[in-house]
Order: sequence, then C-alpha cells, then structure tokens
Amino acid sequence: MPNHVTIPAAPPPEVLPGKLIAVEGLDGSGKSTQIHLLHQWLSGLGCKVFFSEWNSSAIVKEATRKGKKKKMLTPTTFSLIHATDFADRYERQILPMLKGGFLVLCDRYMFTSFARDGVRGCAPDWLRKLYGFARTPDITFYFRLPLEVALGRILEGRPQLKYFEAGMDMDFSDDIQESFRIFQGRVMENYDEMLAEFGFTQVDATRPIPEQQEHVRDHIQQQIDLACYKQKAKK
Amino acid sequence: MSAIKVPTTTPRGKSSFGQALTGQDLSTLTGVLIVLEGSDASGRTTQMNMLTEWLEQKGYAVARTGLTRSVLVGEALDQAKLGNVLSPRTMSLFYATDFYDQLENTIVPALRAGYIVLADRYIFTLMARDLVRGANLEWLESLYAKAIVPDAVFLLNASPANLVDRTLNAHHELDYWESGMDIGLSRDWYDSFVKYQHRVRAEFLRLQRKYHFDTINANHGIKAMQKELRGRIEMVLDRAYHHSPARPA
Repeated sequence: MPNHVTIPAAPPPEVLPGKLIAVEGLDGSGKSTQIHLLHQWLSGLGCKVFFSEWNSSAIVKEATRKGKKKKMLTPTTFSLIHATDFADRYERQILPMLKGGFLVLCDRYMFTSFARDGVRGCAPDWLRKLYGFARTPDITFYFRLPLEVALGRILEGRPQLKYFEAGMDMDFSDDIQESFRIFQGRVMENYDEMLAEFGFTQVDATRPIPEQQEHVRDHIQQQIDLACYKQKAKK
Repeated sequence: MSAIKVPTTTPRGKSSFGQALTGQDLSTLTGVLIVLEGSDASGRTTQMNMLTEWLEQKGYAVARTGLTRSVLVGEALDQAKLGNVLSPRTMSLFYATDFYDQLENTIVPALRAGYIVLADRYIFTLMARDLVRGANLEWLESLYAKAIVPDAVFLLNASPANLVDRTLNAHHELDYWESGMDIGLSRDWYDSFVKYQHRVRAEFLRLQRKYHFDTINANHGIKAMQKELRGRIEMVLDRAYHHSPARPA
C-alpha cells in the first residue's frame, strides 16, 4: 500500500490546468451579481466553467442550518463548520474541476472565513493554517464600497437580519441593526488588511453594474488566455 | 476503601495547546480532566465505569464525556458515514467540529463546576485516525490547538491480535470504520482490521512519544489495568488538589 497522502497541510505547488477565480466583499457589495454575470459571459464564450457558492455543500448544510437556527455555534464551531463545508466542496468539486481544466468561479472563498471568524476572535494564524490545504485563487476580486453604502443596501432591502449574519453572538449590541453595523465594519477592516496580503484585485463597487463587469472581464482577459478553456478547443 | 478526601486546595486553571479557545476563560476552570485513549475493544468503557464508581466513593463529582455524537453535527456525521461520501479531510473537520462542540458545551462547564471529567477518548484518537488516513500532523496539531491540555492522558494499549479477538467475542462482527475498510488495506475484513489497528497503534505511540502520555498495558486483565490506573490517577489528584506547587518566581 503506498503512503497515500490524502490530507496534506499545503497544496502541492504544481500548476493546474484550470483557473480559480473568487469574489469577496461585504454583504451588499454586489459581488454575487457580478460573478453571475461573469458566469454568463464565460458560458456564452463556450468556456468550461464551474460555479461554487460559500456554505452550499449538501451534506454539511443540515448541520449548519441547525446550528444557526438554534444559536448553538461558538466562534470555534462556527468557523469549523464552514471549513468543513468548504473542504467538502474543495475536495469533491473545486480541485477536481481545476485538474480537469475548468474555470472555477467561487462566490466567497477562505477569505470570508478569515474576515468574519477573525472578528469573532479566532486567531489569524489559526484560520490560515486551518485553510492551509486550499490553493490561493489565481484572481480574487474584492468588491469594495464605503461601509454606509453597503449597510444601506442591506438594511433598506432586507429588514429581516439573521442572528449570526448580524454578529449577534458577539454581544456588540442588543439592537440587531446596530450589531450588524458594528460587525460589518470590523469585517471590512479585515478585508482591507488582506488586500495586500493576498493580492486582491479591487473593484469599486459603487460604480454602475455594467462598468464593474467590464472591469472584471477586462482583467480576466488580461490574465487568462480564455481560448485554452473553450469546450471545442480540444481536437 | 480509603476515606472520603476533601480537597484542600483548588486546582489551578487550564491551558490550551497553544491557541486560545475563543471566548472561554480557561484560567477559571477548577476541575480535573482525565482522558482515556485507545482503540475500541481496548476496554475503555469498563475501566471508565470502575473509575467513576471509585472516584465517586472517594467524594469526587465525576462527569463523563465521550466522542459520542454531539447535537450539532451528530446526525449529519452519521449520515455521511453510512454513505462514505465525504473526503477524509471533510470527515476530519466534521469530527473536529463535533469535538469542539462537546468541549465547549460539556467539558468546559463541568470543569468550571469543579468536576473530575473522565473523557472517553479525546483529540489523540481523532488525530491517530486521521494520521492513518494520511493527514499531516502539523495541520492536525493546529486544528486541535484550542483543545484543553488534560491533567492526564492514559493510552490503553492492546495488541491488534487481542483487539480482534475481543471484538469478535463481544460483537460477532467487525465494524466497517474500526476495520479501516474505507482505506482499502485489504478486501478481507479480518485482515483489514488487523492491519488497520497496527497502523492506529503506531500513530498512537508516535503521539505518545511527542505528548508524553501514560501507557497502560491493555493486554492485561481488567483488574490489573484498573489497579494501575487508580495508582496513577491518585498521583494526578494529589498533584492537582493537595500540592499545587508555588510557581517559580
């Protein structure tokens, strides 16, 4: 039996045929809209593309839902259950898709954990080691906008905030909207600090949607030779 | 039977394996954490039952915990095990979530209330299982760096031959996971069980050398093991309650 190394600490440095593109940003930054438009464009071009969303693994979802509903998560278990979800998607989908030469689009990646769980008091080095098995994306778009604008979009459009989403577990405030403001403000500070650390590509999320999308598409065309990812390219 | 012992001092607080357990103040924990590690069929449960009775008769309040399924992820974990659909790392993280859920909701409150917590397996069993499946030790150590350092860890170390014998006698069948069938060591369950337990034992001993926990020869009879455990636990309790050494300046 060979020494099957199924759980390495860090990803192998090998270059994979696929490309990994992630979007990050505050709730209300419009990143999900942007990655949806990106997905449509790449599909339209005939590229092999795969989309994966934070906190969406079927098997882990039930436990996450239960933990959140009953407010039984601590900062540590909150972080670990999201890492479990990520690991499931990463090892069953994201990594195989990259090896299979796909463009993999991720709506939120490990940086979401670094930002949010960091606010909850998990140590940055602990979080980085926890996700040490995951590759850094080839491109990470950070949709940045002033805190008040992001808060305005969320608090106007969706008055019903969820407990953990608003950081109510942190006891910042008894008022859920106030708690959300404080929590999001701290999350934003963490994102800003990661900008240089991980070489995020910043997008001004206050600009009109088509303009942002153009910026995103231009950047991808500069960085990636899309012809390599066309379905019909292989002979 | 010795007389009831009234603790004269309170054990000092606990510490973790290098990372703060977020949101928990471990310095106020006054209980004692004693861990029994070892494969299934190494006799842990029997020994735990006897220790509980003995400690309670001595006047200590005992809380027992195990790696049984937590409320949080237990169901999902059982479901995943049935289908064997999760990758080793996902399982590893699932178990870690389960462990911390129990640590924060069961072990910490009991230690805060001054109980002796008898843990039926702890992080080392989880680490050994993952190491056999190719996990990186450094990654695992970081994953469990928020765990509380126990006052004592006893590894019940039995030979794989003994383990298979006891398991078959007790259950008349071998468990899929305890036989390591997910790894593919052999298509023969008996063969796989023995090979798997050899590997688990090797990993336990590797961890034992690093973390210096006590080894109890689990090939011995029940009474001999119990006697050895009691002798060592008495020393642990003496240290914890009666001779809290003054910290060097």
